[in-house]
Amino acid sequence: MVGIRIGADVGGTFTDVVLQRVDGTYASTKVLTTHDAPERAILDGVAQLASSEGVDLAADSVEQFIHGTTLATNALIERRGAKTALVTTEGFRDVIETRTESRFEQYDLNIVLPTPLIERKDRFTVAERRDARGDVLVEFDVDGAQRLIERLAAEGYESVAVGFIHSYVDGANERRFRDLLRERLPNVSVSISCEVSPQMREYERFNTVCANAYVQPLMASYLVRLRDQLHERGITCPLYLVHSGGGLISVESAAEFPVRLVESGPAGGAIFAADLAARYGRDRVLSFDMGGTTAKISLIDDYRPATAKSFEVDRTARFKKGSGMPISIPVIDMIEIGAGGGSIASVDSLDQIRIGPQSAGSEPGPAAYSLGGQDATVTDANLVLGRLHPDTFGATDIDLSPRLATDALTRSVGERLGLDADAAAVGVAEVVDENMANAARAHAVENGKDMAGYTMIAFGGGAPLHAARLMDKLGLDEMIVPPGAGVGSAIGFLVAPFSYEAVRSFYTSTTDFDVVGSNAVLDSLTEEAMAFVRQGTDSAVTVERQVSMRYAGQGWEIPVMLDAESAFDDFAAELLSSKFTKAYEGFFGRAIDDLAIETVSWSVRVSSIVATPERVELSSEPSSMMEATASRNAYDAVSGARAVTAVLGREDLLPGVAIAGPAIIAEQQTTTVIGSHHRCTMQPDGTLLVTRASDAQNGAPR
Amino acid sequence: MTNVVHNQVMWNRLIAVVEEQALALIRTAFSTSVREAGDLSAGVFDPDGRMIAQAVTGTPGHVNTMAAAVRHFIADIGPERIYPGDVYITNDPWKGTGHLHDITVCTPVFRNDRLIGFFASTAHVVDVGGRGYGPDAKEVYEEGINIPIMKWVDRGRLNQDLINILKVNVRESDQVVGDIHGLAASNETGRRRLLQMLDEFGLDGLETLAAFVFDRTASATLQAIADVPNGVYVNEMVVDGYGEPVTLAVAITVNDDGMHADFTGTSPVCPFGINVPLGYAHAYFTYGVLVALAPELPNNFASLDVFSVSAPDGVILNAKHPDPVSVRHVLGHFVTDLCLGALAGALSDRVPAEGAGALWNFQASARSSNPSDPRPPVEILMFNSGGTGARPRLDGLTSTAFPSGVRTMSAEATEQVGPIVIWRKEIRPDSGGVGEHRGGLGQVIEIGPTEGYQFDFSAMFDRIDHPARGRFGGGDGASGSVYLDDGTRFAGKGRQVVPEGRRLIMELPGGGGFGDPDNRDAASIANDREQGYVTR
Repeated sequence: MVGIRIGADVGGTFTDVVLQRVDGTYASTKVLTTHDAPERAILDGVAQLASSEGVDLAADSVEQFIHGTTLATNALIERRGAKTALVTTEGFRDVIETRTESRFEQYDLNIVLPTPLIERKDRFTVAERRDARGDVLVEFDVDGAQRLIERLAAEGYESVAVGFIHSYVDGANERRFRDLLRERLPNVSVSISCEVSPQMREYERFNTVCANAYVQPLMASYLVRLRDQLHERGITCPLYLVHSGGGLISVESAAEFPVRLVESGPAGGAIFAADLAARYGRDRVLSFDMGGTTAKISLIDDYRPATAKSFEVDRTARFKKGSGMPISIPVIDMIEIGAGGGSIASVDSLDQIRIGPQSAGSEPGPAAYSLGGQDATVTDANLVLGRLHPDTFGATDIDLSPRLATDALTRSVGERLGLDADAAAVGVAEVVDENMANAARAHAVENGKDMAGYTMIAFGGGAPLHAARLMDKLGLDEMIVPPGAGVGSAIGFLVAPFSYEAVRSFYTSTTDFDVVGSNAVLDSLTEEAMAFVRQGTDSAVTVERQVSMRYAGQGWEIPVMLDAESAFDDFAAELLSSKFTKAYEGFFGRAIDDLAIETVSWSVRVSSIVATPERVELSSEPSSMMEATASRNAYDAVSGARAVTAVLGREDLLPGVAIAGPAIIAEQQTTTVIGSHHRCTMQPDGTLLVTRASDAQNGAPR
Repeated sequence: MTNVVHNQVMWNRLIAVVEEQALALIRTAFSTSVREAGDLSAGVFDPDGRMIAQAVTGTPGHVNTMAAAVRHFIADIGPERIYPGDVYITNDPWKGTGHLHDITVCTPVFRNDRLIGFFASTAHVVDVGGRGYGPDAKEVYEEGINIPIMKWVDRGRLNQDLINILKVNVRESDQVVGDIHGLAASNETGRRRLLQMLDEFGLDGLETLAAFVFDRTASATLQAIADVPNGVYVNEMVVDGYGEPVTLAVAITVNDDGMHADFTGTSPVCPFGINVPLGYAHAYFTYGVLVALAPELPNNFASLDVFSVSAPDGVILNAKHPDPVSVRHVLGHFVTDLCLGALAGALSDRVPAEGAGALWNFQASARSSNPSDPRPPVEILMFNSGGTGARPRLDGLTSTAFPSGVRTMSAEATEQVGPIVIWRKEIRPDSGGVGEHRGGLGQVIEIGPTEGYQFDFSAMFDRIDHPARGRFGGGDGASGSVYLDDGTRFAGKGRQVVPEGRRLIMELPGGGGFGDPDNRDAASIANDREQGYVTR
């Protein structure tokens, strides 16, 4: 039976709730996030939708409730977690403090390195040690462990992270410590690194287990509260959580491994884009999600978001690599930069315009919001350039003031550079677009991709304003603004599969390949991932097995996909060599002869099979061109000058009809801007397709 | 669009192009020091060999050594022999970046049959033959193969002779040749991106943009150094050296046109490979001044042109061929502290106390304790850092590299490479110099061979006899020490053996303190005790 499904995305500012009706269509609402008790905003949003849709949720049997939240991320960033201890191998007490022993910013004498999540006084050691193969060098000191547990009890720790050296090879000692702790302190949470993230490299693994332990009590109690309150309202269907890898897990698993929930909102956005990619048959897609504070860009090849095995949360310095804390879990790979509508513009000592990473947020917000903001922001620039307008701005409770925006741009940028507000606004818009384009290019290079031929999918409140310009800068030929762009992540939740990716480091080399060991690792990973998925569904699944390999001596691994089920035999080394060589050539153009190849980490991803969306053909050949009845004078980045720009509502554009740029297409939650050589064609399903108008006639000009 | 904004956008794009060039290099590098330590450099140059932009990714040691290299390429190849499809190479320490281990590759860029510029990149390779990486060579000849400036690719044709020579002269030659291909490929990435960029902006070449970049940078740099009153600033610093202490001396002359560092008074070259070509000292002088005065300024011809150096022939910061220079970084890294120290009086609110300075790189060769075991030794490399000097408003950084930009390796990953066990790698309490702001703490590392093995290692450690000095009343950082767990003392430089069953213990130096310790605030004192940073 198909019933109603609900997706709820709790973000930093807004909580988005989406209800999928029985016929598959969506209703959505945005309510302000209630930080003290996030479940309140969810329940409010649900109640609003129930009333507007006229359904009795208790009686009308909601089939599934899917939830993603930034709560875990925020607890890490704001350091609002439990009183947590780290227990580690003797000799390694300071791993999470000494980090990589490097400065993420070479040219800052006053650099401040991130404070470790768990301070030195809360880090303890136990005598035990295994070598790189898992053999015992020092026996586990049971007496010492018990003395330590007494101390943890006396000092009132609420949660304990356990991370021992080489536990990704053999986690027996971590389990022993956990068992001793549970026996003595059954109410204290405990996380062990061989379960949370069994990957080689102690700094990243210890940090990950610390993060898990740190947020676990908070997340577990929140999830229980949410489930209970849904039950009280008669919503007794299963509650599932979206994890950072873009799949669903049970609420029990989420409570045990809450670190897997970090980044679940952005993951929802990438799934949303991947679903659209499949719908429109676009096998190379650049997902562009821009909100108030940041822009997120990810690549989606063959309808699947690219994934990574680790990422950083809380990058403190301009989102710079190395300025945050590393978390080693499977995650949708995206680049996030400080470029949002609220990002603040300034001028540096070289008289160059800089954007962000500081954001005016929603309070005081951009200067134009008339809420006391003094700094010029990207939104102010868009207003001055005529791309936004008080009459067509979606949020009716905000009084957009062009005068305040003009003043702020003059003050923050114009006076320093000898530019009027208009020219300053052009500079701000160009620089933020250039920043995003450069970030996208770097991300593609890092992943060995060339962006030519990619289709951009733009969503989030800010993206459609900048997407056409970004498309030009990146040399892309088409861009899509889907319906529901404002609540894309929550819609993405509803199309996510049940999935789990289990990862483990296991070292072997093609010169002396460990067939038995490799098969055992793959089997245990498959079993682990399958168990998670089976908590949510009995339906058919796909199993994807992957191994990260490199030439002996290299530090960066390339993922190699393995065949679905077959076990390795004596030919495994040749098989893997040839797969790796091919993949290496794909990345770098040439392989290297005669070098041994080694495996570093193995992963198995099990996912339920989600129905492929019905294919919809996009057409950039309109049945007719629409002449807009309204226009205003707005800046056109293509010609580099102001131009008479068509203005219309998204609902005014009928299916099959196109508008020639320059044009501004406004809707409730966002505004799409196209330049003078673009054309925007309304598709039958409500999607906007933006192409270059001249492409159809002359081929793509560059 | 106004010109100002247009030029800024293109400048940013050019920096993005060289960042892409650097990323491509890091991804393919075999060299541990490239990927873990960012020991590389990448940049774009005008047709006269003046650097327009350099990737931020990379290490200060290459800052202006590579910047100068391209002019050597142009001179030695000869402008009339520069063709499309060419790629040039060298590892000459005096024309490249200071020691044979750094290979620099340079690629000309043509547009409409006209030379419009060059890309160059540098990386530290795994091996260059000779004695292997270490300070024990008496002349540069013993340190490995020296490739004079020549063509790696001539009009599209690969120089197979050079590859054959490398194959029989260096260890791990597949990796070394692979890294040279990687350097050439990264330049090619840059070249393609640059041409796309010129198409997009409708430009024929880089002249106008280069002029804008140089003009902006020159005025901003001169404005920044105007914060230092004209005059002469001197400093001296004594460090361990190899066998006998080395005095480093500098006199920095500041006038309206720039800054000049003269190293007269510095000790003479020594018989070991810790000597420094002047270009490398220049790089760390420039880095030190820029990081204190103008951290926002990008590196290019104009920002570097303001800084010049001189030194009498034969002093240890002006080594000449054939002096050995393999581990020139040990003293080179002290040049930053030396020069900052000279300016400390004039910039008392910006210059930190002295720090551990040189990295404590640990390079070991582990072999079976049984001499008849035929298996070749396994090479293991680790980068480790002591504490940095306290800053005028902040404590020093604990176990963090400065001025080098390297990262350390994971102990688990290192143990996967070879038969060693890292028994301890922990903060060393009480090693930071006292002060209103405390020096960064060093660390303690204990390493032993696994059962059935021993290892020898090449020590390149400093600040064992000469600790980092505090500033303005701050105390000195703790000095370093190296010994076996049975108490045997080791020297700070040279090859030494750790037998089976023993552990090597390294106590890395801490940074100096800043300001009177009586002015340290109570909360910081309490926190130092609570965390165990200070125990006495």
